[in-house]
Amino acid sequence: MQETLIEEPRTQIQKPTVRPMTEQLSAKMIARNVNAFFGKLQALYDINMDIHSNRVLAIIGPSGCGKSTFLRCLNRMHEVAGGLMTGSVTLDGRDIYETDAVLIRKRIGMVFQKPNPFPTMSIYDNVAVGLRLNGIASKKEIPEIVERSLKQAALWDEVKDKLDKSGVSLSGGQQQRLCIARTLAVHPEVILMDEPASALDPIATAKIEELIYELKKDYTIVIVTHNMQQAARVSDTTSFFYLGKLIETGETKTIFTSPSKKQTEDYITGRFG
Amino acid sequence: MQTLTQQSSRQTAPLGTRHTNNGVSVRKRNFGDVLFKYTTMSFAAFVLLLVVLMGYEMYAGSSLSLEKFGWEFLTNTTWDPVMEEYGALPFIFGTLVSSFLALVIALPLSIGIAIFLSEIAPQWLEKPLSFLIELLAGIPSIVYGLWGIFVLVPWIRTTIEPFLSEYFEFIPLFRGAPYGFGMLAAGLILSIMVLPIIASISRDVLKAVPQSQREASLAIGATKWESIRIILMDAKSGIFGATLLGLGRAIGETMAVTMVIGNRPVISASLFDPGYTMASVLANEFTEATTSMYLSALIEISFVLFVMTIIINALARLLVWSVTKQTTA
Repeated sequence: MQETLIEEPRTQIQKPTVRPMTEQLSAKMIARNVNAFFGKLQALYDINMDIHSNRVLAIIGPSGCGKSTFLRCLNRMHEVAGGLMTGSVTLDGRDIYETDAVLIRKRIGMVFQKPNPFPTMSIYDNVAVGLRLNGIASKKEIPEIVERSLKQAALWDEVKDKLDKSGVSLSGGQQQRLCIARTLAVHPEVILMDEPASALDPIATAKIEELIYELKKDYTIVIVTHNMQQAARVSDTTSFFYLGKLIETGETKTIFTSPSKKQTEDYITGRFG
Repeated sequence: MQTLTQQSSRQTAPLGTRHTNNGVSVRKRNFGDVLFKYTTMSFAAFVLLLVVLMGYEMYAGSSLSLEKFGWEFLTNTTWDPVMEEYGALPFIFGTLVSSFLALVIALPLSIGIAIFLSEIAPQWLEKPLSFLIELLAGIPSIVYGLWGIFVLVPWIRTTIEPFLSEYFEFIPLFRGAPYGFGMLAAGLILSIMVLPIIASISRDVLKAVPQSQREASLAIGATKWESIRIILMDAKSGIFGATLLGLGRAIGETMAVTMVIGNRPVISASLFDPGYTMASVLANEFTEATTSMYLSALIEISFVLFVMTIIINALARLLVWSVTKQTTA
C-alpha cells in the first residue's frame, strides 16, 4: 500500500537524468526538487542540492526545519517511517528511488542520533552483522574487516580485548563509534550522520569530530547538526535549512562569516533558533 | 549487615555529601508511609500464604494414597478404582504430550502472526486483527469443547487421520485406528486456545523493540526479512516468556480437553489413541469418588499438577532471567 503511495506522485516528476560531467564536477549525490511529506504535512519544499565527493556537508537549522528529514530522503529511510517524497535523488547519476532500497542503503550508510548498537550482539558481531547479511565478505575476510572498521572508527584500542562483550556494555561515546564502525564495515560510499554527537559528552563529541575529519579522505559525508560550532569545525560546505526550505548553501567559511541571506545571519548570530 | 551499612554511611559522610534522603541516615519517617508499607507488605505476604496453604491442604488430603503408593504413584500406569490401585503416569503423560503438541503447532503460527501484526501489517489492518486475536482468548473453553466435538473431531476422523496414516504411517505417532477423539484432537484444540496468548504477547514484545533497531538494521543494508530476524533476536526472551504462559494455560486447561481427548488412562505412542490429562480426570471423577482412597488419589493428582505448574513457572522465570541478563549486561 505504502509502495503505491510513494510511487504515485513520482510519475509526474521529471525522469532522473544522467547529468553531464561538465555541469556537476564532483557531485556524488544530487537532489532535485525534493518535497517530503508526513501525511498531509509537508516537511520539505523543493530542495535542490549537490553533495560533493570527499567533502563534509553540514546541514544546520533550528529544530523542525526538515534537516533530518532531508537526510533520511538521501538513503530512503524517510519511507521507512511512512513518509512520502517526490523529486529525485541521484547517486553517481542514478536515481536511488529507482534502485532497490537495500542496495542503496549499502552504498549510503547512516549513523543515528542515539547510538543504537544491537543489544543481543557482541561488539564483534555488531560490526560483522552487515557483512554477514549482505554476504559481501567471505568468512575469512570478516575478522580483518571488523578490525579495520573498528580502527577506522578509533575504537579498536578500547575494545580489542573484549570483542565478545555485549555492544551495549560500552559507554555512549563508544557505542556511537561502534555504530560508525558498523556502518564503515559495509563499506559505503556516502555516510549520513544525523546529529551523531548530540547525545554525547564533550570528550566523546571531540572524538567523533576528529573521526569525521579522518573519514572525509575516503568517504563523502553529510552531517546534520544543531551545533553550529560543530558545523564550523568539521564541514567544508554548510547548508542552512529553515521551515522546510533550503535557505542557503555555501563554503562553510563563507556561511559563517558573510552569509548572503538575512535569515542565515540571524540564525548564526543566535537571534533565533 | 546493619553495622556494615552504618559504617559505609559514616565513611561517605566526611566526603561532603550530606544525604538526607538516604534510608540509613534518616531516622524519622512519616507514620502514614510506614503503615502503608506494612499494609501492602501484608497483602503481598497473603499471596505467598495462600500458595503454601493450598499446597499443604492438598498434601494433607492425599495422605492416604501417599502412604499407600509412595513414589510409585508417579510411575504406576494402572488406574483402577475397583481394585483400588492408583497410578498417575498416564495422566502426567497425557498432560505433557497434549500441551507439548499444542505448543509445537501454536508456536510457529503465533510468531508468524506476531511478526505480521507488528512488522508488516498496515495500521488499518493491524488494529482489528489484533482485536480478533485477543477475542479468541476470551472464548469460554466449553465453547471450544463443543466446537471440538461437533466440528474438529469429525474432521480429524474423516480427513486428517486417514491422510496422516496413509502417508506417514512409518512414524509411530501416526499409526492406529482413526477414532477422532484422542491426543491429536486435544493437541489441536489446545493449540487454538494458546495461540492468542502467545501471539498477542509476542506482538507486544516485538512492538516494544525500539524503532531505532529497525532503522539500524535497514541502514546497513538489511532486507525486511533480515531486519525482522534481528528484531526477533531482541525479542526472543519475551517470546519465550509468552510461550511459557501458553504452556501454563495448556497444562491447566480442563473442559475443552476433557471433551475431545477420549478419557482413557493409557499411554500410547500414537497420537490417534485416546488419552487422559490430570485436569480431565479431576473434572470427570471427583463426583464419583466414593471411597476415601479414591478421593485421596485424586487429590494427590491435583497435588502433582500443582507442583508441576509451580516447577514449570519457576523454570520459566529462571530461564527468562538468564536470557534477559545476557541481553542487558
